[in-house]
Amino acid sequence: MPGEAISLDAISIVLIWTAITLYALAFVAYAFDLARRSSAAVEAQDAAGPARVAEPALVGAARSADPAGGPSSGRRVSAADGGTVQASGDGERKRYVMARIGTSLTVLAFAFHLGATLTRGIAAGRVPWSNMYEFAMTGTLLIVAVYLVVLLRYDLRFLGTFITGLVVLLLGGAALTFYVEIVPLMDPLKSVWLVIHVFVASLGTAFFALAFALSVMQLMQTKRETRALVAAAGTAEASTRRSPGFLRTLPSAEVLEALAYRFAIIGFIFWTFTLIAGSIWAQDAWGRYWGFDTKEVWTFVIWVLYAGYIHARATRGWRGTRSAWLSIIGFSAVLFNFTIVNMFFKGLHVYSGLN
Amino acid sequence: MSNSRSDASTGSATGNGRATGNGRATGNGAATGDERPGAENDPLRPSDHLESDGITQPALGPMGWIRWAWRQLTSMRTALVLLLLLAIAAVPGSIVPQRSADPNGVTQYFTDNPDLAPVLENLQLFDVYTSAWFSAIYILLFVSLIGCVIPRTQHHWKALRARPPRTPARLARLDAYREELIEVADPGADAGGTAIASAEVDRAAAQLRAGGYRVQRYDSRGSFSVSAERGYLRETGNLVFHAALVGVLVTVGLGGGFAYTGQRVIVEGTTFVNTLLDYSSMNRGRFVSEGALPPYAMTLDSFDVTYQPLGTNAAGQAGDFSANVTVRTPDGETSEGAVRVNHPLDIAGDKIYLLGNGYAPTIVIRNAEGEVVFDESVPFLPQDANMTSLGVVKVPDGMPEQLGMVGFFYPTQAALETGAFTSRYPALINPSLTLNVYEGDLGIDDGTPRSVYVLDPTEMTQLTGGKTGVDSVELAPGETSDLPNGLGTITFIDETPTGAPAGYGESVKRFASLQVHRDASAVWVLVFAVLALLGLLTALFVPRRRLWVKATPEGPIVRVEYAGLARGEDPALAAAVDQFATRHRTAGRETPHVD
Repeated sequence: MPGEAISLDAISIVLIWTAITLYALAFVAYAFDLARRSSAAVEAQDAAGPARVAEPALVGAARSADPAGGPSSGRRVSAADGGTVQASGDGERKRYVMARIGTSLTVLAFAFHLGATLTRGIAAGRVPWSNMYEFAMTGTLLIVAVYLVVLLRYDLRFLGTFITGLVVLLLGGAALTFYVEIVPLMDPLKSVWLVIHVFVASLGTAFFALAFALSVMQLMQTKRETRALVAAAGTAEASTRRSPGFLRTLPSAEVLEALAYRFAIIGFIFWTFTLIAGSIWAQDAWGRYWGFDTKEVWTFVIWVLYAGYIHARATRGWRGTRSAWLSIIGFSAVLFNFTIVNMFFKGLHVYSGLN
Repeated sequence: MSNSRSDASTGSATGNGRATGNGRATGNGAATGDERPGAENDPLRPSDHLESDGITQPALGPMGWIRWAWRQLTSMRTALVLLLLLAIAAVPGSIVPQRSADPNGVTQYFTDNPDLAPVLENLQLFDVYTSAWFSAIYILLFVSLIGCVIPRTQHHWKALRARPPRTPARLARLDAYREELIEVADPGADAGGTAIASAEVDRAAAQLRAGGYRVQRYDSRGSFSVSAERGYLRETGNLVFHAALVGVLVTVGLGGGFAYTGQRVIVEGTTFVNTLLDYSSMNRGRFVSEGALPPYAMTLDSFDVTYQPLGTNAAGQAGDFSANVTVRTPDGETSEGAVRVNHPLDIAGDKIYLLGNGYAPTIVIRNAEGEVVFDESVPFLPQDANMTSLGVVKVPDGMPEQLGMVGFFYPTQAALETGAFTSRYPALINPSLTLNVYEGDLGIDDGTPRSVYVLDPTEMTQLTGGKTGVDSVELAPGETSDLPNGLGTITFIDETPTGAPAGYGESVKRFASLQVHRDASAVWVLVFAVLALLGLLTALFVPRRRLWVKATPEGPIVRVEYAGLARGEDPALAAAVDQFATRHRTAGRETPHVD
């Protein structure tokens, strides 16, 4: 029996490295796509004559749109801009060949990734998320899954570089440094809550990752829009620095913000559930539902940060750039919680499987 | 919502603490959802709104200042700052060891950082979550929250009973807007257009009502219209969420007063009685009386554990712990049960948890006259995964001077290259006990509380091991050895029951460290937490929106306008308006107009 288990795990390792390679290729394709978008945007700009003609109209539209407008304003704004966020007909999608290649590679990588995760789970005879290595594997799998599902509805391929880049880093790093052989579960992990609590936490993380990427794009887009306004006003300083050209093909900052918010609140719901499920588990395993264990503290901090983000979105003066920063800080805390806290902080969540 | 306007104005007049109006919602962004969209400076916003700078205020009296402070505290911006402060303030507790979670870590920290530790102590950094500054933040946050939720509840209560607002004059200015023109079949007839317009709006009202909207007709001389609103559940969920958070805090706070947690180490074959006296340590809430503990006695019959066999991955990893107990209640009933990890045992409302386990070698010491002066199974605390265990023996009476021993128990003894011993495997394969003997004053006669697991050798003389030149006592189960200086003998009893398989497998008793915990509030905390989650779901995902349908006869045509307004985040608004318009028109074609 052990021989069989080892060979399954060996297959899993081969699959995971195949997936990592494919993700890396997808990353390259997506990066080419962004570059292509930049040059296309510049060409379009040259063809259309002075750029500033189009810009004020765009920004004006974005400003006047009801912030809660979502896709409605999205469609309208992007009509002026050329970028769109709604998954639309083939005509729209054909323009980005490299992006299509990137997405195809991502789907392929996802298949290998799924295979690796399943074989690992079968080899271990339990859910494949009970140490750092497996948690990284399943967590990144969910990030890609959420990204691919969301692609069916919104054209977020401009996030492809971020998603595949993040997955290559996390998964590659985990496969290199966190890999542990299959061992039986420790007693505290033998619980139905391992299945629920950890899975939902990973799912929440996946949505936070998308919200984070959109918030970063939002900040860049805001900067570009401000520059465009300045340029339109005709001041001299406008020409000193340029924003990346691909931003022209993206939706407006307003639309990006609305999207980021939508993903963040889904993540927040999952995170709230994670907290509650974790408390129920802690009550059974450790005899108390809450004890400010280091991991509990960080889960709480992340929850409060995203609660702050959601409130910021409803507070005048905090919408836009400031709330985007909160989303970014929130996801940084999520990553910190997964990596640094797991590896270096002392606490009861000592299930990384690392020594 | 016809009272919404007056509400906003009374809001500023009475200072009911809602400085941001509807804005203080969990993400419903309702500040943008007043019925006057597009207005840059909403004149209906309370005059103390934070963005309205440059307003000259009259001089404030004491009450005025209190009111001002209250309004600041309950404003959205303050709540947000307090939230972020709370997040930041929680972080040090994960960096500095906390007394509540890791008391040994705190002790160690004082040893390792003798200069820094007192400074941190003064800043309450070892008790972050009960510190004055952390408490101040969350209490202010909750006061702010309550100060916001109460007026909002009143406001929502009114809104729940109010009619949808009057139809705006120019619907076309709204974000989600659609217009249809209907030709009047018989323009000559006097009331042709009017009748059609009226019928259109009738049908729209019926459809909206069926779609869960609250509707109100607003017909004027020139036009007919219906105003509809839905999604009141959004604000209800929002209020439930915030109220449930208060519920969580209150139940946690009150519940602590009625909870108790006690620890007890219990060796195989011995019995523990659930009284305060029988606990090694006990934390009681302030409302728990001494007699509050339910009376029962619990015997540890056996303790099971399995270790991964040598030669496999994770060899020696322990698992399947089970403390098998028999419980007797005063009425003479006995029941058997098992305390396992993740599966606490319920006894009379108490929950018994398994915290730890280890070996408890049975040691018998006789003095020079051959009298037994010590006969106990002594719990040795595990120091590593292979159960190298540290223990202390104290013999206060029966010897010329008090005797203390400190030493190690190795379930599978092996020598390191340095000559020191260690344990190679956690099961009993080659068990061995080594002890260093001290003579002198144990320091327990003056009543000073001393841990049974620590020997303080300051008033004692070391007799074996170390620099004494005398070999430490080293025993396998069943062996007896002489104590130094002719003090007597020490025996490591072999506890193997008769009929057991050969070998040392059952030669040493085990102990289990149990925690007895009672906290009736936990279930209420859970109830409130689940309520909060449900509230959050509705507050974030139920769209609150208004729809209007207006029909205006204009000679040979009737203009039908559809418009929607989001109150809070509502990404699907435009689609909703389109969808409704389509449905309305389709239904119109199916049922031809009367006349």
